[in-house]
Amino acid sequence: MKYRRLIPIIYILFLMLPIYWLLAMSFKTTNEILGGFSLFPQRWTFENYYTILTDPTWYWGYINSILYVSLNASISLIVALPAAYAFSRYRFLGDKHLFFWLLTNRMAPVAVFALPFFQLYSAVGLFDTHLAVALAHCLFNIPLAVWILEGFMSSVPKELDETAYVDGYSFPKFFVMIFFPAIKSGIGVAAFFCFMFSWVELLLAKTLTAVEAKPIAATMTRTASSAGYELGLLAAAGILTIIPGAIVIYFVRNYIAKGFALGRV
Amino acid sequence: MKTQNQRAWIFVLPVLLLVAFNALIPLMTVINYSVQETFGNNQFFWAGLRWFEDILRSERFHAALGRQVLFTITILLIEIPLGVIIALSMPRQGIGVSLCLVLMALPLLIPWNVVGAMWNIFTLPQIGLLGWVMNSLLGISYNMTVSPVAAWITIIVMDVWHWTSLVVLLAYAGLISIPEAYYQAARIDGASNWAVFRYIQLPKMKKVLTIAILLRFMDSFNIYTEPFVLTGGGPGNSTTLLSIDLVKVALGQFDLGPAAAMSLIYFVITLAVSWLFYTLMAKDEQ
Repeated sequence: MKYRRLIPIIYILFLMLPIYWLLAMSFKTTNEILGGFSLFPQRWTFENYYTILTDPTWYWGYINSILYVSLNASISLIVALPAAYAFSRYRFLGDKHLFFWLLTNRMAPVAVFALPFFQLYSAVGLFDTHLAVALAHCLFNIPLAVWILEGFMSSVPKELDETAYVDGYSFPKFFVMIFFPAIKSGIGVAAFFCFMFSWVELLLAKTLTAVEAKPIAATMTRTASSAGYELGLLAAAGILTIIPGAIVIYFVRNYIAKGFALGRV
Repeated sequence: MKTQNQRAWIFVLPVLLLVAFNALIPLMTVINYSVQETFGNNQFFWAGLRWFEDILRSERFHAALGRQVLFTITILLIEIPLGVIIALSMPRQGIGVSLCLVLMALPLLIPWNVVGAMWNIFTLPQIGLLGWVMNSLLGISYNMTVSPVAAWITIIVMDVWHWTSLVVLLAYAGLISIPEAYYQAARIDGASNWAVFRYIQLPKMKKVLTIAILLRFMDSFNIYTEPFVLTGGGPGNSTTLLSIDLVKVALGQFDLGPAAAMSLIYFVITLAVSWLFYTLMAKDEQ
């Protein structure tokens, strides 16, 4: 039993090693990286971070990513809330099939849809906008949001709805004033997963943007092509993409485990 | 008891429209391509089911599918038991819980191409930590750009690194939903650790584990960015998984017809396996 505590510790160490390496490399100059092996940066440099934070083509990548991720999370939640309510409270024609159909959209190989997506969004004139990426990410985020929210809503007793109607609440008023607070943590979990999957996805985001809405992860590919292989810059940019995720996890840490436990399939 | 209410469709309508816009139109485009031949200039000719026949007979597709199945089975066999073991040994209360959850969830929130780039840097023979330890410290020749075995081990370790935490989170969520009284009863009965696991913990985790397997199956079967950035499908074709092969055909050679036919076959396989899972689960719940 004593050694049991070691398992999570070893696992976390294993998780941290590549991240540490990226961090160490982000403080090295390209010369030092290519010059030889060293566990710690010999001469600390903030040059890489400075470049990213002062060059608009770099930092706009971050702003673009954050913009479309927030837009996507808002759209997904706004449309998923009523749908999840319907799935959790009502039986209607084709509800089970519809639920499975929604889930199937998580299964579509994104690589397959890249080209048709490009054509579709070019045709409707949204190419290279934040809205295009936000809408495209709805493909896999809305099903997930509906799935998670439905689980949380089903754990709220139906008597709550009935009491509210008896008390004379209209449906919108009941939804916002009574139901909303009751599923607060569910909304948090759903928002977290929307954020997560939109933040990490690159293939669609890259396909649907050129300049104006280019995500940070796509900007990173520049380092490999122009001016040789700038590993230090690549590492610093990578580290900066981890930070928003880390902040979000910290805020929802008590809910993430619960999120899926309550979801139904 | 749920009430029968057809008005529920109004609530579902926005979701339906948005997802349909994103799913059905591109799917129709893919189906459209899959039965036509193009020589550029936007000229299309009817090709019937030729592409489907070609692909189902092509050795290249069989090879990519074989590698994909091998990859998915391997990572499921490693990640699911490993995730359960880690979840079982995690602390249940105190500061340790938050710390574990935050640190373990970290890989899940790193953009996928950064994951690939990070592992690329990590495994570079002389510069990367892992590459240096293997080659210079242990004297084991390890270079993924040369050895297919090394490339395979690296993409599997990378996937385990990236996704095991998802299984841990889900399994942990299942575990903390078990009331303390169950364990007390087991102690009174003198149940062994194995018996507690087999008859209390495993049944309680069954639902979340099925979700974990389903999610891991779907996502690993569609995996593209991480192995593409890490190995580019090489050396040779040794790590060319289905999605990578597909993109090579579609964008590299611009063979839209065969690529579309291939994606449909691929989609149907994923759909069939997931549907099987879903129905088995639904049956179980009743």
